[in-house]
Amino acid sequence: MELMDVSLFPAFDFSRVFIEPWKTPASVAWNGQVILMGLFICWTCGVLGSFIVVRRMALMGDAISHGILPGLALAFLFTGSLALAPMWVGACLAGLACSYCIEWLRLHTPIRQDAALGLVFTSFFALGVTLISLGAGDVHLDPDCILYGEIGFVPLSPSLRIGGMDLGNQALWTMGGVCSLIMGAVLVFYRHLLVSSFDSTLARSMGIRVRRIHFGLMLGLALATVACLESVGVILVVAMLVFPSVTASFFFVRLSSLLWASFPLGAAYSIGGFHLAQWLDCSLAGAMATFAGIVFIPCCLLGPQDGIIWKLRRGTNNFRMN
Amino acid sequence: MKLGLENFHFAGGFSVISKILLGGVFTLLLPQVLSAEQIRGPESIEFFDRAMRFFEMRDHSVRVVALGSVLIGISCGMMGSYVVTRKLSLFGDTLSHAVLPGIAIGFLWAESKDNLALLLGASFAGFLGVACISLLKKFTKISQDSALGIVLSGFYAVGICMLTRIQKMDFGNQSGLDTYLFGQVSALSTNDLIGVCASLVLITLFITLNYKELLISGFDPEYARSVRLPADILQYLLWALLAFCVITSLQVVGVILASALLIIPAASASLLAKRMSSYLCIAASLGAISGLVGAFLSFLGERLPTGPLIVLTASFLFLLILVFRPHHGILVCWVKSRLQSHRIAMENTLKAIYQVIERHNFSETSIRMEELMQRRNLGSGECMKEVNRLSRSGFATASLDPHSPSGLPPEKRVSLTPKGWEYACRIVRNHRLWELYLTNEARYAPDHVHEDAEKIEHVLGEETIRELERILSNPRRDPHGKLIPSLVDIERGWLG
Repeated sequence: MELMDVSLFPAFDFSRVFIEPWKTPASVAWNGQVILMGLFICWTCGVLGSFIVVRRMALMGDAISHGILPGLALAFLFTGSLALAPMWVGACLAGLACSYCIEWLRLHTPIRQDAALGLVFTSFFALGVTLISLGAGDVHLDPDCILYGEIGFVPLSPSLRIGGMDLGNQALWTMGGVCSLIMGAVLVFYRHLLVSSFDSTLARSMGIRVRRIHFGLMLGLALATVACLESVGVILVVAMLVFPSVTASFFFVRLSSLLWASFPLGAAYSIGGFHLAQWLDCSLAGAMATFAGIVFIPCCLLGPQDGIIWKLRRGTNNFRMN
Repeated sequence: MKLGLENFHFAGGFSVISKILLGGVFTLLLPQVLSAEQIRGPESIEFFDRAMRFFEMRDHSVRVVALGSVLIGISCGMMGSYVVTRKLSLFGDTLSHAVLPGIAIGFLWAESKDNLALLLGASFAGFLGVACISLLKKFTKISQDSALGIVLSGFYAVGICMLTRIQKMDFGNQSGLDTYLFGQVSALSTNDLIGVCASLVLITLFITLNYKELLISGFDPEYARSVRLPADILQYLLWALLAFCVITSLQVVGVILASALLIIPAASASLLAKRMSSYLCIAASLGAISGLVGAFLSFLGERLPTGPLIVLTASFLFLLILVFRPHHGILVCWVKSRLQSHRIAMENTLKAIYQVIERHNFSETSIRMEELMQRRNLGSGECMKEVNRLSRSGFATASLDPHSPSGLPPEKRVSLTPKGWEYACRIVRNHRLWELYLTNEARYAPDHVHEDAEKIEHVLGEETIRELERILSNPRRDPHGKLIPSLVDIERGWLG
């Protein structure tokens, strides 16, 4: 048994990690697609996540991303194929149903929001897993794939052809489409989202349909989750949603700055995660989320806005004064 | 190409899956075997034989499985009661995801799938996760949900990195690690059962010994502080027990769904129970039932996963309780609102009959159906239905008019019984008293009071009416100059 195979951390080889992926044009094209996909995912999730975090619904992302599973399963069972369109419809419907159930339970029963959330999404997820295992004969959807995803498959996606023109990778086009759709929606509805996130009473008095905005956000979340699903999996979507805006919140206060900050952070996660995975030879999506965690720790300690170090120093100063 | 995929994916011996790419990445990947596990029985056994086998409990494995799921259900139910009442629901979820790197570490440490090492690793990671959450909560302004999200996804990501790394490393037997993702009740051994029992005993002891303290610190922290209860220590002990409970239940329900068994029975109990003691009992029994039924259901089929079925059973019980619970259940509320709307419709019809009679200056005791239809603004069918309902309740009688012109079908007439007359007078009296009160006392314009009185006439109680009479000193006329039927009129059964 060689040493490299046993240790959890293989020896760090600069050229293998940083040079090799970018040596030949073929590998540049391959890895470039992976990183571009990562960028799209990080940006989409980062922008949506900023709103979700300021609305204190970080775990709603978790809930929705689990809740779409029965929709995927039903779409698969009814159409018998893995075609994209029914999957999207099923997933979006299931995501909306999930968020509607949570709202209903919260409003009409004594159950509190957190319990309602935990109750609904676990039930949906369990239903999805059971449907998948009941319904399909020899061919199954793969819960493992939905759980982890694998962004490394992206360059294998068939190319998109419109009218004989080869436009390139289909997966990238789809994710890019979702990304620009969500960016566009955020640009158009920015003021509505801003006001309804921070002061729903004011929003209502300005004639903004707060509930509609809420469900719109949930729909966006479901869309983004389905789009990211096979690349990063259900649980890492949550990482991509939460980490950028929480990390940025140690530097900025304004929501617009949080939104802008998710772009460089997303790029960092994507590129850093890619090379981390090159080094450790592990799941790319996992490495991206791990890298997000690694970036988060120093920011949390040293960030100018309420970083832990500054708070501790202020605490000891106060102590001395007393 | 397929080999390349295997390298990328988290497959191999670890998850028993071989991938086939269908239509690229954006179509989902197809495995051959589902990793969610099932209790395995001999292939040939039929459905009923399986059921019988489960009920007879002759097999050792069936006994272990049934006992294990029931015990886990009980301990999760009891723990869950505190989790839900203290708003820690998502804490359990975070905890169960955060143990993943611990499982990987335990595996690396023991270099095989040794349950004790895995449990130790999981406990370590679980406590580290709890520590991270409390640090983030204490030292930063990050809101609770974001802190949970960060710990959940961060730890889980590290876990996935480690597991995928382990896969590339050259270990022999890695299969079985994935049972921790969805749970595998059939993998429960007698040793695991001991662990489950230990956690149940610990939880029961802790709760019985600290019942009052937990109650006070959970529901009234201010008071707990004032009587110098060590609320913080209790809190940390509770978290530690919670971690222990989640970790022992991982093998049955898995990482993803471990929190469900905590939340769902307790949330169902919160719909029923009024006191903490009954809350605990209900949650524990619901947990036990879902554990047993889920294990049974997964035993019936060949490839049915255990964890998800237990969770589904629990959710089904929750739905049943939501619909059928007394007082506020959906069914009870629906019946109540149906009855209410029937009563209101009936009262409106009675009032309409009164008003028609009033228009005739009380010269006739019965009215034509047509007039009632106009007054109530209803079609003949609906109006007939209303009248039938009234006559069934003994408030009115419908009859055919003997004086109707010949050649045409005889006209229908409606007349009130003494009981119906009294009821109608009472409703009209409510309506007009309220109108008068609004104009005289609340200074409403007389043309604004009708709508309000239309609504309130159905709910004014006897006492309020007496009070209104006293304030308005027994009036005879309403603001529109119409007669207010008085008690004497009602008793005499006739006006005018």
